[in-house]
Amino acid sequence: MPVSTMRYSALKVLKEGLTGNRGWRPAWREPEPRTHYDVIIVGGGGHGLATAHYLASVHGITNVAVLEKGWIGSGNIGRNTTIVRSNYLLPGNEPFYELSMKLWENLEQDLNYNAMMSQRGIVNLFHSDAQRDAYARRGNAMRLAGADSVLLDEAGIRELCPFLDYENARFPIKGGLLQPRAGTARHDAVAWGYARGADSRGVDIIQNCEVTGFTLENGVCTGVDSTRGRISAGKVAVCVAGSSGRVMAMAGMRLPIESHVLQAFVSEGLKPVIPGVITFGAGHFYISQSDKGGLVFGGDIDGYNSYAQRGNLPTVEDVCEGGMAIMPMIGRARLLRMWGGIMDMSMDGSPFIDKTSVPGLYFNGGWCYGGFKATPASGWCYAHLIATGQPHETAAAYRLDRFMSGAVIDERGAGAQPNLH
Amino acid sequence: MLIDHPLLGLRDASEFVYLGDASLMNRPDATAADASQQFHDYLHLRDNPAGLHRELWYHEQGDRSWLIVTRDTLTHEISHVELARDVSLAHRATDQEGGA
Repeated sequence: MPVSTMRYSALKVLKEGLTGNRGWRPAWREPEPRTHYDVIIVGGGGHGLATAHYLASVHGITNVAVLEKGWIGSGNIGRNTTIVRSNYLLPGNEPFYELSMKLWENLEQDLNYNAMMSQRGIVNLFHSDAQRDAYARRGNAMRLAGADSVLLDEAGIRELCPFLDYENARFPIKGGLLQPRAGTARHDAVAWGYARGADSRGVDIIQNCEVTGFTLENGVCTGVDSTRGRISAGKVAVCVAGSSGRVMAMAGMRLPIESHVLQAFVSEGLKPVIPGVITFGAGHFYISQSDKGGLVFGGDIDGYNSYAQRGNLPTVEDVCEGGMAIMPMIGRARLLRMWGGIMDMSMDGSPFIDKTSVPGLYFNGGWCYGGFKATPASGWCYAHLIATGQPHETAAAYRLDRFMSGAVIDERGAGAQPNLH
Repeated sequence: MLIDHPLLGLRDASEFVYLGDASLMNRPDATAADASQQFHDYLHLRDNPAGLHRELWYHEQGDRSWLIVTRDTLTHEISHVELARDVSLAHRATDQEGGA
């Protein structure tokens, strides 16, 4: 049953402010699960909620439930470094991420929700001639897919980021690849905005409801068993990156995925100093500054299978060394907090949006540590697959059988070694 | 993490390179009729358990031995460490007994 959702606006804020803020209502309902839905989405993270929103708003499928084990947004959508970009190289990836970028650009208008989308740009530094060539190629590939890219020389980087260490003899900064439309978004607000958008069209968001098994009849998936009872469904769509292996094991499937831990860090609040997102080209380090002033940064995954949501100190040291190599000025900033999130690391570093060998059961996962930027397009393409039975044209390469067919999408060129992607 | 190397005692995990699930030691039979399917599964599919995991670590910054470490992926606690060589030789001995 669709519910009327209040529209947020500056006028509404003003009116509520003058009348004691007594008119605000919860942004989504807390319904009891029904016994049957057309579509059940397992996992109330960003991708699952986006899928529900686009199923309802684009395809008119509103008899949908999103089942979430904890509370919505309690997984990686609430634990990432908020970067939004579409600077990929390979044809299997770049059109998909550019679709995502375009959806990001209109997200707040679509959802009537402030996601604090901030297109301040991302610059990938390069430190050698060979790396300049590689980034020139990448920039051209981005343009072929309709994205924006600017190859900057050292003078261009100096103008943009005067605070970098240009005297570093080992990692000299020779320039960078800039994507001006990239930036950051408020990660929690993305989950909440999609939840509100889906709920307002009649989708049931059911929190504290863990899926404990799939019901299979004659080899067809017809629903799920959950901690709140058995729920039948026309289609079951799994969307639980980080825990994909555990959930799909309940359907007897082994995946081309390992779970790994990625750490992230936030410093104390500082005055504005980092103009957008900056990445180090000779190690793995990326940094941006939140609206509150905290430096938000991270680097490599720890590199061993983990579901622990915390990492170890050698990786902390490695990330901080990367930061100090390009911007020694952050050396005196104090860390406010650090945490770890669990990533679906796939065998070629690219994700999956596909049907499975079980009719009625769909799979979305393997986002490695690039899932946040993909949220809108992942939901858009997953909804397209569930509604039409056909993969969306930008996600047609994200097949589960690509290691058998050989059509892998290996941006890094590292082969079937998940901790190297 | 500290790995209790059978020969060298406690060593920092950062001295090691991580490969993955210990089942990677068991290469499929390349002459089998369904060898391509077997190699696909061997190379790309993983159990990926949340809990005890037997995994291969290579002591690159040390004695260059391969170890099989049994570690809990939920807590990172290491409960058992063996030389991969010993495990492999034991397997081979069992196989030969079985074949004789």
